[in-house]
Amino acid sequence: MSNKLLEIKNLTTSFRIGDDYYAAVDDVTLTLNKNEVLGIVGESGSGKSALAFSIMRLHNRAKIEGSVLLNNQDIVNMPTTNLNKLRGDDMAMIFQDPLTALNPLMEIGEQIGETLLLHNPRMTQKQRKLRVIELLNLVGIPRPEYVFEQFPHELSGGMRQRVVIAIAIANDPELLIADEPTTALDVTIQAQILDLIRKLKNEMNAGIILITHDLGVVAEMADRVAVMYAGQIVEIAEVHTLFENPLHPYTKSLLNSVPTEGQDKLHVIQGIVPSLKNLPRKGCRFAARIPWIDASAHEENPVLHEVELGHFVRCTCHAHFYFSDESKEDEKNGIS
Amino acid sequence: MAFLEVKDLQVYFPIKGGFFNRTVGHIKAVDGVSFSLEQGKTYGLVGESGSGKSTTGRAIIGLENVTSGQVLFEGKDITSMKSKTKDLRKDIQMIFQDPYSSLNPKKRVLDIIAEPLRNFENHSKQEEKKQVQDLLELVGLSPESIFKYPHQFSGGQRQRIGVARALALKPKLIIADEPVSALDVSVQAQVLNFMREIQDQLNLTYLLISHDLGIIKHMCDHIGIMYKGRYVEEGTKDEIFTNPHHIYSKRLVAAIPDINPRMREKQYRYRQEVQEEYNQSYNDYFDQEGLAYSLQSISDTHKVALPKRG
Repeated sequence: MSNKLLEIKNLTTSFRIGDDYYAAVDDVTLTLNKNEVLGIVGESGSGKSALAFSIMRLHNRAKIEGSVLLNNQDIVNMPTTNLNKLRGDDMAMIFQDPLTALNPLMEIGEQIGETLLLHNPRMTQKQRKLRVIELLNLVGIPRPEYVFEQFPHELSGGMRQRVVIAIAIANDPELLIADEPTTALDVTIQAQILDLIRKLKNEMNAGIILITHDLGVVAEMADRVAVMYAGQIVEIAEVHTLFENPLHPYTKSLLNSVPTEGQDKLHVIQGIVPSLKNLPRKGCRFAARIPWIDASAHEENPVLHEVELGHFVRCTCHAHFYFSDESKEDEKNGIS
Repeated sequence: MAFLEVKDLQVYFPIKGGFFNRTVGHIKAVDGVSFSLEQGKTYGLVGESGSGKSTTGRAIIGLENVTSGQVLFEGKDITSMKSKTKDLRKDIQMIFQDPYSSLNPKKRVLDIIAEPLRNFENHSKQEEKKQVQDLLELVGLSPESIFKYPHQFSGGQRQRIGVARALALKPKLIIADEPVSALDVSVQAQVLNFMREIQDQLNLTYLLISHDLGIIKHMCDHIGIMYKGRYVEEGTKDEIFTNPHHIYSKRLVAAIPDINPRMREKQYRYRQEVQEEYNQSYNDYFDQEGLAYSLQSISDTHKVALPKRG
């Protein structure tokens, strides 16, 4: 019990379009333990970043329902002054694009120092500088004293992302949310940044939520994985289970569309991800992408079923899903 | 005769500065690159951002000025702008990275795809429409969509429109610069499958530029790896992925995340070994300026940048 760091219950985040609210994150329930990496996978528009922003309460004008408990403190209903004490201290976020996440007019040292200053006002300037240099060393930036006085535009993409990470870990957060931390980076730098995140997890005993669309990154980093589609979690399992025994049609299709050894043709999911306004509000949201499956296979109101310990799948359609059926259906309709 | 031959290509960009904005130096974006393509095959150009892979592609099609070197297309020199006659420009087409910014939002699909046709061929309105519809069908879009605008399509569909435009003049060579990196995995699969299909149908040759080694592995027959404007290694797909020689290629191959979580530890250790080797033998593979040496053949198809012996 004491190991539980973050508890999300029935979180729904809705945005207003016109006169109506549309849920980008729909009834998400998750837990995260200390020293655990939870991977969240999904395509663009699946609501994974909206979920991260909801946990940090960074949305400006969204309606958030449900509860987010960090160490048993409710974040959703917390007054902003208290929240500001938590953000950057107990919980922190690594953003996707390091260039927009950094202030272009501020020296690197000052930017990292700002986070320290806000949460430890009694720290002297000298102490702060020492800590910033320590952080720069920790994230593997060479010549930290020199970088301290540089501006973001003088650094390469990989170095900038390290600065963003340094800011996030400045106050040893217990919860670290990494939103596509390596998407903007080259593979060799990606490998280094992932190593760094792994090291931080082990050294600081932090809980990490890793949001990505790259299944390889998830396979390398995560302990547990949640797959999101159209705002909902469709499958959640321990990482080995998910990659070896995926159940939900969407998880299976995603895994099959990644190029791997000896694969001649990649799997293509029919149709497109529905936009927020056009989400089917009833029934299985993935049904439109697997039209060859009989409607009776879907649940009316799909819920997550625990198929084995810790392995949850939404809707019953997975039991009727076979890739081979799709091509049979195509032949019947005269499409080759 | 090679289908396309690039000989010692150099593209330098001037650095302006000082008094009267004179040229004070050069950035060597592409520095002595040579390779050749076979017809009907896919050649992959890999490298990190800033390695000069895109500049190489753009120089071949004539979007960058070549500083020195030669580009031979079916034996004809197409290096200088003057020699790029109309016919040649028809034969080489390009697919761009971002399907959101490479299509004019104010034009209808008909006008986007017909633009190359209008430049080179004289068709009546009817013929043109017919051709555009055929092209749309070829890329798997409904022929009725000719009067739609780009924003009415999804990312994958837009990239197909980009492909249809590139195919309009029946080119022989297509230069695809990161054709799928802006797309989601499942849409990416769609575009890659489709590129392969039309390759077989139309006997196309691809020069595929990408930083994603998974895609390169899936698509390419031959691969060249670039680093700081130079080639570090060139070979067939198997040679590069199972037997990389240059320390930089090894590092690049080791950095690909493995899709099997059980391989995690192994991959991690392998990566560390490679990193150690990289640190130790850096000076054996790169000269004082940190650039790769020139290529030496180690088998018929496999070339590695190594210092000259003796």
